[in-house]
Amino acid sequence: MKGKWLATVIAGLLALGLGVTARSQEPMKVGFVYVGPVGDYGWTYAHDQGRKSLEKALPGVKTTYVESVAEGADAERVITELARTGHKVIFTTSYGYMDTTIKVAEQFSNVVFLHCSGYKRRENVGTYFGRMYQASYLSGLVAGKMTRKNLIGYVAPIPIPEVIRITNAFALGARETNPQVKVHVVWTNAWYDPATETEAANGLLDIGADVIATQSDSPAPVQAAEKRGAYGVGYNSDASKFAPKGHLVSAVWDWGPYYVETIKAVKAGTWKSEDVWWPIGTGIVGLAPYGPAVPSSVKTLVEKRKEDLIQGRFDVFWGPIKDQSGKIRIARGQKATDEELLQMNWFVEGIVGTIPK
Amino acid sequence: MELWPLILLTLAAAVRAGTPILFAALGELMAERSGVLNLGVEGMMLVGALVGFMTTQKTGEPWLGLLAAGLAGTMVSLIHAFLTITLRANQVVSGLALTIFGTGVSGFLGKPYIGVPAEGFPPTRVSVFGDLPLVGTIFFQHDPMVYLTYPLIPLFWFLLYRTRPGLNVRAVGESPESADAMGVGVALTRYLCVLAGGLLAGLGGAYLSLAYTHMWIENMTAGRGWIALAIVIFGTWDPVRVALGAYLFGGVQALQLRLQALGVGLPTYLLMMTPYVFTVLVLVVATRETVRRRIGAPAALGIPYARGE
Repeated sequence: MKGKWLATVIAGLLALGLGVTARSQEPMKVGFVYVGPVGDYGWTYAHDQGRKSLEKALPGVKTTYVESVAEGADAERVITELARTGHKVIFTTSYGYMDTTIKVAEQFSNVVFLHCSGYKRRENVGTYFGRMYQASYLSGLVAGKMTRKNLIGYVAPIPIPEVIRITNAFALGARETNPQVKVHVVWTNAWYDPATETEAANGLLDIGADVIATQSDSPAPVQAAEKRGAYGVGYNSDASKFAPKGHLVSAVWDWGPYYVETIKAVKAGTWKSEDVWWPIGTGIVGLAPYGPAVPSSVKTLVEKRKEDLIQGRFDVFWGPIKDQSGKIRIARGQKATDEELLQMNWFVEGIVGTIPK
Repeated sequence: MELWPLILLTLAAAVRAGTPILFAALGELMAERSGVLNLGVEGMMLVGALVGFMTTQKTGEPWLGLLAAGLAGTMVSLIHAFLTITLRANQVVSGLALTIFGTGVSGFLGKPYIGVPAEGFPPTRVSVFGDLPLVGTIFFQHDPMVYLTYPLIPLFWFLLYRTRPGLNVRAVGESPESADAMGVGVALTRYLCVLAGGLLAGLGGAYLSLAYTHMWIENMTAGRGWIALAIVIFGTWDPVRVALGAYLFGGVQALQLRLQALGVGLPTYLLMMTPYVFTVLVLVVATRETVRRRIGAPAALGIPYARGE
């Protein structure tokens, strides 16, 4: 009788011990919610590359992703499901998930939520983004140097402050190296439509542009430029494969370093809710390798400007900056605040095109 | 920038932008004329776009890719034909399922082809025709796939209105009972029409991945299959009017993009709406039986046929 009791205790302890070891070996589950398909070769693709490098860098981490999740009720269901199935950190990677993320986070206080590109936070919700406008400005410097006709075509997706800010930064860069430049903007009104993006680029080439830059999700505009012997500036991912001759440079996302650092912080217990908006030089945003057409003098100039940005000697939205009507929007010597940047709804001087209301 | 050359380039762009929709809409026209509504156009186009790209990427031969895309579209449409003609399933449900299936399967199988370039159809100027003033610029300075559509339009018209098989197709779509009584194989006719629809939808998809762009990206049709469905109604089930509709749609898009490029602030949303507004009008008008008959809506559209019911 006594022996049996002891055996039970030992078995129980063993089980407990096994359970403990099992638990410490259990991988940490991290969830990702994507607004588009991972195959868009654009925004979602870049996040998914970041997820993959996270898995590679931290072997104790197991990731799950859900793609093409519509903003709204669908997102709420998906995020809740991830939180309920033991995911300790959940990245929600679209601006439109903002309110949903906060709502779900209120019910799961032991889960860390990170929302990309928004501004609402709470104890267990942080926000993160990269200063893409800096990379875009640098790519603008290259475009301004390379255009012969002083006419650059720009394919823009959807008129929201983020897109307007990045377009402005590109134009500021182009006009810094070439004050004669006009940047003609065409909206496709979709994040995602390679055929329309191609036709937008064709239209810009028809009116005489010799450099095509894009902010839409696919490299289609860069490919269209290559087909007609013009230069192309890519966005989101390196577009060089689609324009081996005419690709100048691409402003690209690299989320890996941020994801790795964040998960490390959560594991170490040092994570706290904050607003992360990483500048160039620290990860998240950067430039892809230059194309063969870019002379080394231009590369030197861009690298110098990049260093200025990193060191804080210079900022893209540093006054005086005029809008399209010639009115000064940012006064001489002043720097646009983050709030102004997040609400930008006007085009800088030198852009031809309107912002649909 | 002079205005006249730009107008010509815009018209040329209208043909280009209308071509993928034209392929798919002509195919859907055949299916609907025989009485089968196929809402799976978007899905068939996506499968065509992917298979065409995969084949071209592997073989380096866009014509082979085109062939494969047509076959793939046909295979997908076979599912719809079997479900709706043989099993007499609801055409709307089956068509929607086909779109969901096509989107999913192309997304899944296409993963390794993302970000991979391939040689597609190069722009090919047609000799003699391409040098003609006006017409040359608008119609004959495109890629081979555009030229493929030109003979299709009169061919479909002739087939439909001037041949025995065409008469059979229309009879099956109007009154399958009478056609059956006359000895026309209703099921066979419908099968062939639905498969032709799949073939052309596959080619329309391939236009996007082999000619318009030379890349595969998930969901790259971006709703063109649905536009093709609307264009069939817009063109009141007539090949020539359907072609005009497809070009009109392409033209509106080409025009609004170029007006934007020139810095003309037009309400682009309104402009883009026009083809849809007209489609809605046709739909509203077509609800009246007499009008419906006159504009050519197939009377048996959407109704499964079973002998003796």
